[in-house]
Amino acid sequence: MEFSELIRTGRAEALLLPGPGQPPVRGTLCITSHHLLLSAGHGSPGDLWLLLRNVDAVEKRPQSLRLGDAANLHPPDHFYQQVALQTDAWRLSAVNRDFDVCASYPPALVVPVGIGDEVLARSARFRQGGRFPVLCYYHTTNGTVMLRSSQPLQGANRRRCAEDEELLRAVLALGGGRGLVLDTRSAQAVQQARITGGGTEAKAAYPGWKRLHRPLERGRPLQDSFVRLVEACTDPSLSMDRWLSRLDGCRWLTHVKETLTAACLAAQGMDREGVCILVHGAEGTDTTLLVTSLAQLILDPKCRTMSGFQSLLEREWIQAGHPFQQRCAHSAYAQARPKHEAPVFLLFLDCVWQLSRQFPLSLEFGEGMLLAVFEHAYASPFGTFLCNSEKERYLCEVKTKTHSLWSSLNQSKERRRLRNPIYTPNPLALWPSVEPQSLQLWAGLFLRWTRPPEPAQEAWEQLWRIVTEQEGGDTL
Amino acid sequence: MEHIRTTKVEQVKLLDRFSTSNKSLTGTLYLTATHLLFIDSLQKETWILHHHIAAVEKLALTTAGCPLVIQCKNFRIVHFIVPRERDCHDIYNSLLQLSRQAKYEDLYAFSYNPKQNESEQIQGWQLIDLAEEYRRMDVPNLNWKLSDANRDYKICETYPRDLYVPRAANKPTIVGSSKFRSKGRFPVLSYYHQDKQAAICRCSQPLSGFSARCLEDEHMLQAINKANPSNRYMYVMDTRPKHRMQSWWASKKDIGRIVVRISSKIWRDEKIRESDEKARLNAMANRAAGKGYENEDNYSNIRFQFVGIENIHVMRTSLQKLLEVNGTKGLSVSDFFSGLESSGWLRHIKAVLDAAIFLAKAIVNESASVLVHCSDGWDRTSQVCSLGTLLLDSYYRTIKGFMVLIEKDWISFGHKFSDRCGHLDGDPKEVSPVFTQFLECVWHLTEQFPQAFEYNEAFLLQIHEHVHSCQFGNFLGNCQKEREDLKLREKTYSLWPFLLDDQEKYLNPFYTPSSQKFTVLEPNTVPFNFKFWRNMYHQFDRTLHPRQSVFKLIMNKNDQNKQLEKEIKELESKIKQQKTRHTDTVLTKESLHCIHADSPALKPSLCFKKEQTLLPVNDAIRTIEGSNTADNRYSEYAEEFSKTEPAVVSLEYGVARMTC
Repeated sequence: MEFSELIRTGRAEALLLPGPGQPPVRGTLCITSHHLLLSAGHGSPGDLWLLLRNVDAVEKRPQSLRLGDAANLHPPDHFYQQVALQTDAWRLSAVNRDFDVCASYPPALVVPVGIGDEVLARSARFRQGGRFPVLCYYHTTNGTVMLRSSQPLQGANRRRCAEDEELLRAVLALGGGRGLVLDTRSAQAVQQARITGGGTEAKAAYPGWKRLHRPLERGRPLQDSFVRLVEACTDPSLSMDRWLSRLDGCRWLTHVKETLTAACLAAQGMDREGVCILVHGAEGTDTTLLVTSLAQLILDPKCRTMSGFQSLLEREWIQAGHPFQQRCAHSAYAQARPKHEAPVFLLFLDCVWQLSRQFPLSLEFGEGMLLAVFEHAYASPFGTFLCNSEKERYLCEVKTKTHSLWSSLNQSKERRRLRNPIYTPNPLALWPSVEPQSLQLWAGLFLRWTRPPEPAQEAWEQLWRIVTEQEGGDTL
Repeated sequence: MEHIRTTKVEQVKLLDRFSTSNKSLTGTLYLTATHLLFIDSLQKETWILHHHIAAVEKLALTTAGCPLVIQCKNFRIVHFIVPRERDCHDIYNSLLQLSRQAKYEDLYAFSYNPKQNESEQIQGWQLIDLAEEYRRMDVPNLNWKLSDANRDYKICETYPRDLYVPRAANKPTIVGSSKFRSKGRFPVLSYYHQDKQAAICRCSQPLSGFSARCLEDEHMLQAINKANPSNRYMYVMDTRPKHRMQSWWASKKDIGRIVVRISSKIWRDEKIRESDEKARLNAMANRAAGKGYENEDNYSNIRFQFVGIENIHVMRTSLQKLLEVNGTKGLSVSDFFSGLESSGWLRHIKAVLDAAIFLAKAIVNESASVLVHCSDGWDRTSQVCSLGTLLLDSYYRTIKGFMVLIEKDWISFGHKFSDRCGHLDGDPKEVSPVFTQFLECVWHLTEQFPQAFEYNEAFLLQIHEHVHSCQFGNFLGNCQKEREDLKLREKTYSLWPFLLDDQEKYLNPFYTPSSQKFTVLEPNTVPFNFKFWRNMYHQFDRTLHPRQSVFKLIMNKNDQNKQLEKEIKELESKIKQQKTRHTDTVLTKESLHCIHADSPALKPSLCFKKEQTLLPVNDAIRTIEGSNTADNRYSEYAEEFSKTEPAVVSLEYGVARMTC
């Protein structure tokens, strides 16, 4: 029989899923030259015989994943519902439903309740890329809020925009009366931005808002730093002293320290000083998101759970319009240095890792989760990190045509790899130490392939064993 | 006591070491005969042992008072501000005298009384028995014997009484060899590897003097080599760096050279090519490896190996530089790394570990015996021998084994603890962190092999604490003879039983004992495996540490597992009892009642246990403390929030108006 040459595996254990509501049938799957048959065992009535000519289409599906899951996992308006439970001062606006007010924002945005959509639209025209200030975090304990936006288009002749001022005034009225604009650029960089039409909030135009500059590096310098670090980590010929000076020279840990400091500052402002925070840099899609997402992780215990962290990533990075496609196209080894390449998201993951080192019990996810997210951000069989914004994702029909990373990560077989076995919910804020002695190089990522991970891996396994033994004991 | 003038000062401020805005705690300072005690307004106590104080400094008077900075040998640095200058001066003078004792008898160990009776004290000292340790290594045996040559410390004062030497080495050989070696420290056995029949021996440098030969010393090495039937060659490891050797070759100083069979003729040959240092070095190396052109038969059994560990003075300066850097306020990441690099500290740590790895490999892969020496054979040699055996023999990775290792390679072979740690007021040039380096190397190994060690970081830190504390007799004095003269065994207590009593604290929860005796650790010494040991050098700067500890949690979980298992057993036995009672007696209402009354009483105790251990007590405190932004540097930006607006605003407002 010439057909038999085509058969590589004659039989296999298989599970037949007849349809919803019926129990699955376990049996042996056999392929013959003309038939496919599934037998559940001796004399069972439900044997399936399928003439091969009868097969119309064969499709291989990733296990237990279904298209379109993503929308159900972290629905965009979930955040608003959470806020609405606490206060009715904020509303869900659909001003961006067709992506024509702001191309990089999602359709649903949370804004002060007294501000109409036309005000938002006008404010958007005053902000670079249309990214007007929107709510990104509501601090439950004292009702202060964190917003993010892009820089105002103040320009050299210091334009103003009444609607934008009205919007921020409304924010202050809702959240305690004092505000702080955390600009992630230096005062000098703001001056330069004015020449090209950008700028920052003039103090006179926004009474009650103070300004603080915490310059954070992004773009090319950050990418260079990353490239140099990776080079240092993979150079086998380094001596002790050269290693330390290379580590120093790449300045990566300086960036980590600066980022954590800025995030702590924003978090502290909300938690301790009771001020509202508006974070922006230039475009509001890179360093801005770094600060807002880290500050939430520091303050909000919900963000430190497995699903909370996923929805934080979904909300503050993916839907907030971090251009993943541009930023994470090539990573560190690219010959040509693409203009938009920058490891901003990786810097965020590194900061989270530093938090996890200082508060090893407080995060539900482990290092494996951060590594998995890092890998998928750069190359992934899933659609979660595709494209640069929600608009592009909508146009490419990413949600309906690809699988979601989250549903794959949430499968129980991934548990040991991704979860932190010693997680203990901690209702308090995590204030990390940002002294250089407290920061470490993320060996699990940067030295992943250069040093043998076995002993650490074994210790991790043992940790799991100790903890699961414990759980077994509890149930007894 | 006569040194103490002021015993109590109130309204003293304790400054936060890393705060740039001079945050402080106010409290009362007490001065006792043994400790300096600070109690802050929250009743938190800070105890500082006088012997731990490395330096006291009185800074220039400020408006707040007189600053007093105390640096400790355990790397604690405290910064007090005493309101009145006279008090400050009194305390300063008292501390200067109390921290620098001239006599051993004034040290804390001689007055410390842990409420042990005499037999317990004797038992404590007998806990570690080195003769038993050598028996564990299967020594004496066919090739190695116990020598009584040094019974009365006649041959070498800094060696212990009991020495193990090759069977072939007779007394004249020993005496002759000891005369050829600096301080009489001739080659003796430090560790015998049963499986490979190879030995680690140690000695000091040879004194070449007028002639570069000493037949007895040559016989001695021959005997060591012959005592190992499994390999025909042996290694001689000089732990000093090559460039230093070079420099004293050039200056032709009267310091020895490990030449064993290099005749004076070769030395003359060397001088001819003196201009070319490098060529000469290569020639030496070649000859040493048996590739030379003369006396090949004589050299074929000895291979020379240089490993570059710097001397005690370089190490001391290196640590000073390191402490200077990490004590800086408002340190930036780049200053930290460049400081770490320029101190060279991690480079030295790597050099020590590399040497130990070479030693372990020579024994395991080549079954070759190794003779280790440096200059005097009590600093670098101790480091390399002890670390090498730690890599080879899993026994030393247990708590008891580590104590034995320290007793054997450090205490008994005469590492000058009192000089190196500055126990007494002496030559500051003799002080050097050699033992600290050893502990740091061990810590690096525990980091690389989290499951290989029975003890944890806290154990190493505790030992470091007591090496300097002078609270126990173990580390006092510079050699065994001195310790016997001081009658330490009668007058002081041994540290080890106290550490064993507290064993729980020092256990590594991940420890998985290996089934075999000889599981060799092969650490990777690529540079990025060397990290700054924060918990040692910032042990007392709590704000720099992780706010939650995995170790404690796991220890608790382990305990809890045991506890639960115990409870299960108890409950099972109770059920059995109940059952037998049921069958024995008629089921009455009372007995039913009794069962019901039992169960709720048990349940809460279980629940309570769980609640309690979920967040270990200390951690809970830490978390709350950690949640205080005041601990961290960014909190100082908080001033930004409350600062008044600069005057520029109105101007800007005006401009904005005009343009709008």
